[in-house]
Order: sequence, then structure tokens, then C-alpha cells
Amino acid sequence: MEEHRDDVGARMGMWIFIFTELLLFGGLFLVYAIFRNQYSDNFHTAAHELNAFVGALNTVILLISSATVAMAITAVQKGNKSLALILVGITLSMALLFLINKYFEWGHKIHLGIYPGSELLIKLEHGELLFFGLYYFMTGLHVFHIFVGMVILSVIFFKIKSGKIHATDYVLLENGGLYWHLVDLIWIFLFPLLYLIT
Amino acid sequence: MENHTQPLDFIQDKQGKKGIFAWIFSTDHKRIGILYLVSITTFFLVGGLLGGLMRLELIAPGETVMSPQTYNAFFTVHGIIMIFLVVIPGLGAVFGNFFLPIMIGARDVAFPKINLLSWWLYVTGAILALLSQFAGNGAPDTGWTFYAPYSTESGTNVVAAVFAAFVLGFSSILTGLNFIVTIHRMRAPGMSWFRMPLFPWSLYATAWIQVLATPIVGITLMMIVAERLFQIGFFDPSLGGDPILYQHLFWIYSHPAVYIMILPAMGVITEIIPTFSKKAIFGYKAIALSSIAIAAVGYFVWGHHMYTSGMSTTARWFFSFLTFIVAVPSAIKVFNWVATMYKGSIDVRTPFLYAASFIFLFMIGGLTGLVLGSLATDVHVHDTSFVVAHFHYIIFGGMGFAFFAAIHYWWPKMFGKMYDERRANVAWLITFVGFNVLYFPLFIIGVQGMPRRYFDYLPQFHMGHLISTIGAFILLTGIFLMIYNIMRTKKHGTPAGMNPWGGVTLEWTIPSPPPVENFEEIPTITKPPYTFE
Repeated sequence: MEEHRDDVGARMGMWIFIFTELLLFGGLFLVYAIFRNQYSDNFHTAAHELNAFVGALNTVILLISSATVAMAITAVQKGNKSLALILVGITLSMALLFLINKYFEWGHKIHLGIYPGSELLIKLEHGELLFFGLYYFMTGLHVFHIFVGMVILSVIFFKIKSGKIHATDYVLLENGGLYWHLVDLIWIFLFPLLYLIT
Repeated sequence: MENHTQPLDFIQDKQGKKGIFAWIFSTDHKRIGILYLVSITTFFLVGGLLGGLMRLELIAPGETVMSPQTYNAFFTVHGIIMIFLVVIPGLGAVFGNFFLPIMIGARDVAFPKINLLSWWLYVTGAILALLSQFAGNGAPDTGWTFYAPYSTESGTNVVAAVFAAFVLGFSSILTGLNFIVTIHRMRAPGMSWFRMPLFPWSLYATAWIQVLATPIVGITLMMIVAERLFQIGFFDPSLGGDPILYQHLFWIYSHPAVYIMILPAMGVITEIIPTFSKKAIFGYKAIALSSIAIAAVGYFVWGHHMYTSGMSTTARWFFSFLTFIVAVPSAIKVFNWVATMYKGSIDVRTPFLYAASFIFLFMIGGLTGLVLGSLATDVHVHDTSFVVAHFHYIIFGGMGFAFFAAIHYWWPKMFGKMYDERRANVAWLITFVGFNVLYFPLFIIGVQGMPRRYFDYLPQFHMGHLISTIGAFILLTGIFLMIYNIMRTKKHGTPAGMNPWGGVTLEWTIPSPPPVENFEEIPTITKPPYTFE
């Protein structure tokens, strides 16, 4: 069978997948909106517990990683393989940095006894308990997406290296980039909703 | 080798793979369609058997063949299997996979590997669903809707069942995504949107629902898991959460899911009616666009499952109003089917019998749906067997009969063999009669007050239940006869030829069974579909 290649179709598929991802998080945003409306004072107090500096740092990290993956596409288009590899490499290390920050952030919270089902949390006001529930659920699901994005970008890294992604066939990199922007975009919404509205 | 004008058909040509691997690792859309056909039929029989055993329990008041806990598990498992493993993938995964590319003049779907992946996800989900029945603390007993607090408090295997539904949802999303891109990108030259046959149109509308609604139930089911494992509290009033919130989130997907089930069914009927009326479909554009209208409005009616759960009056009349609106495009289709038959030269063959009975059953299901969609009457019949009868008329009488219609319509194309039509007609009659005897009494005892999901009942409902149980066994007889009749074509079938029904869509222009590549040369489309010379 002759190889069927359709870059527009492949990108369309990725966009549709991104719609589903947005709706997946959309369910959580809906729950957030309802409980925020119901317990606005508690959400206000609970959000003070989160470290806005770490959140801001992670935002910057993700924004840089989004920029580098976009630059990698241009590098591949121009046929500059080594630059593309460096840029995807930077994206991957930024992702790792994000996870390290997240690890310490969560670790600190758990150390303080703030985690779903903990004795401390059960004693808090209902709204605060739900806030932390949402915090763990939303950032947890986001971290899972970071993992998936890292796997995709690693595959792309090796495909650039082996020359399978090159100046005339780079739709996989574009799709990987699109996915990574989605992961970034969701964080852009999570950050103010959880950390900044205090 | 000399005879290369006649390429091998897709069943003979194993593409260099051996035995079962030629099936389970094939990326050919036709083989994947048949994989789904086999899996879905298997689960349909399992689900049907559970349904039959439930009917047996209800044959007389009091405990007859099973305990109340077993009964709870049975209606839960029956629901999970039938909804998630049979009806939601159903027509799209089997006949959509097999015929969508052929009907739009393509060699395959846009992403054949993702297509195979969605079947594997389906199998994974199915295995998880089966595990939830046998492993651990027993089969889930929450009902297929997993309502909180049942699902958050039940000691049974809810997590595995919920996770199975999540994986099956993912499979459904990938199928939808694949179909959307296929329809956008792979139509044959000259096939404009309004030259596309109506089964692909219905699959297109369905695919958008699959893509845009399924993630909501995905995340909701994950919340149930988090609720059980981490006490996250979203649905637990003692922690500040709200069980009604679960119902909203669940039905935001699960009502559109009803349209995932019924839209492809309407698409199948729209193919069959013109073929056997020898007449172009009446109101082509109205049918095409009503599919889109159903998909769009169907998003905003979920609240009609919750009139008695606790909602503001404003929300309730709003949902009720939209429920009536969504009935309009469905009625448009029915009128168009009937108008297509008007003055046609109708050839009453087996697929047509199933299609005509679809219209009859769908009408009963649809109109009783309006009884449930009205605020006042719903309060009376909510959670009674009236509801059970209503949705079985839609899901089984609608989607199920459309599935039977499709299998009788396309089987000769898929395998090149014609079944015994006389026996098929007898099986149709038994199935149709059995269906009505089974479900119609449930309307009556429902109005009289028989609650759904009860394992026992008051003596005054005995007659209704008895008739219903008799109907169940008539229905099962019809279905087994139908399956036997279809299966025996393997040995006794007569060659069907390229076009046994005189159809005019593209699948009837290629050999039966189709070759691997479908078309030797991609056709150029110059006419609207359903042009009978």
C-alpha cells in the first residue's frame, strides 16, 4: 500500500485531541467554579497556604519550555538538526525542573499534614478541605500531562536525532509542540486560580 | 497470479500476517470493523443473558432465582456491559469502521494505527470490566450510573468498573477523532459535503459528541476514584461536597451519549429506506443537518434526568423546553423516511423489515420520552419501569434494531455471502413480537407505580411482569435464530454478488467482500448520493 501522508489531517487530529483535553480539565474548572462560589471565604484563606513564588517560578519555567519547543520547529524547518536537538533538550530539562519544584512543593505540604484524607485536613473548614482537594487533583492531573508530554518529546528527540524528523517532514514535532503548549496553557489557568486569587 | 484483474479480497489477503495476528494486529479498517463485530456481539449475548436472568427473577413476587444483592449486581453489570461495551461503540465501531471509508471513496480511515489502538483500548476496558465482576469484593451494585453516594460508599469493586468505563471512553474518543479527520480529509474527489451519503453524515455528528462529551465523564469517573481512595470530598456532604454535583457532571456526558447511540442508527435507516424504496431520499439536507442539530441541542438537555433530584424551577423548565426542542430534528427524520417510502416501489426484504420496525419502535420510545421530558408527568413516572421501557424502546428498539438492520443489509457485502431470507424474516418476526411483549407491559405497570431496580414487587404487578418475562424468552429465541441464520452463511450461504439490493452508494460498486484497497481506482463523484437511474 502506498504510504498515505497528510500533514494537515495529522494536525487536525491533534487539535481535536486538544479539545478533548480542554474538556477533561473543563470538568475540574466547573467543580472549582461551583465550590469557589459556595465557599469563597474558605478558598481565600486556603490559597494563602500556597507559595506564589514557587508557582510563579514554575510558570516562567513552562513559558520558556514552550518557547524553546516552538523554536525547535523553526530550527528543523531550517535544517539545523543540532540546534533543534538542543532546543528540545532544553524543553525536556525545563519540564524536569518543573517536576522537581512540584515535588518539593507537594513534599512540603504533605510534611505540614495537608493532603487529602489527613487528620489535619478533616478538621479544617469544608471549603478549605475542598480547595486542597482541588489543588491536588488539578495539579496532579497536570503533572501527569507533563509526564506524557515528556515521553512524547523524548520520542521526538530521538526521531530528530535519527533523521526521521527533518526539514520536509516534521508534523510529529509540530504535534508534540502543540501538545506541550496545551500543557503550558492549562498551567497558565491553574496558576492564578489556585495561587493568586487570595 | 495471472488473474490480476481480480485483486484478493480483504479476508483472503492477510498482508503477510499469520492466523489470529492477521486480525488483532491488522490496521485495515474492514478487519477492525469485524474485530468489533465479534467483540460487541459476544458482550451483547452476555448482557442479554444477564437481562434474561433478571427477567426470570421477576417472573413471580419474592425471591425466585437470586438474592437481592445479586440482582443489584446484575442490573449494574447488565447496564455497564450494554451501555459501555455494546451500544456506545456499536454501530460506529462496527459499520462505521467498515463502511465509512468505502462510502466516502477512501482506502482507509485517516489514522489506521490509532484505529487499531482504539480496539485494543476497548479490549483493555472490557477486561477491566470483567475483572470488576469477579476479582476483589464482588461485582459493583451501584447501577451503571455510579451515583454518589452509592459509588463512594459501596464496598464492591467500583474502582475497577469506573476505570473500565474511563478506558472505554478513551477508545470512543479516538474513534470519533479518527472519523472526523477522515471525513474532512479523505472524501473522494467531487464528493462535496452535500454529496456525502447520510450514514457518514450521522457518524460525523456522532464523532463530535464522542470527542467533546466523553472527557467530562472521564474526569467525573476519576473524581469517583479520588473520592474512594483519597477522601477528596467533592461529592460527600459531610466534607462540604455535593452528590447532586456528581449527577450533573455524569449526565453532561451521559445524555449526549444517548445520541452517540442513536445517531448512527438513524444513519443506517437512512441508507436502507431509499435502497428498498428505489427512490432518492426525501429531504437530504434536512436529514443531514438534523443530525448536527441533535448533536448540538443534545448537549443542553442533561438536566431532564434530574427533575426530582433538586434543581431550581427555572433550571427545570429550561431543560424541559430544550428536551422538547431536541425532539423536533428526530421527528424531521421520521417524516423524511416516511416521505421517501411514499410512492416508492418498495421491496420488502429483511433489512427493510428491520428498518420499518425501527421507525415503529423509535416512535414509541421517542413519544414516551416526551412524557418523561414534561415536568409534571415525570414526577409521577420517574424511576418507575416506565423509564425502563422508554429507554429500552430507544436503545434496543432503536439502536439494537438498527444494528440488526445493518447486519442484514451489509452482511452480503462484508462476506460476499447471502443468508436464507425466509428464515431471516421469521427471526425478525419473533424478535419484533418478543421485543414488544417484553417491554410494553413495563410502560403499564410503570404508570401504575412499579419502581425500577426493585428485585421484588407487589402482587398487583404480577401479570405485567409475567407477560414481560415470557416476552424476554420469545425475544431471545428470535435473536438466537437470527444469529444462527447469519452464521450458517459460512457454509451454506449463496454468493451475494456485488449489489444484491440494488443500492447506489459507493459500497455497492466494489466486489463483495471488498479488496484490501477497497477501490482499484478512487472514484470521482459527479452526482448526489441516492441517484436511482
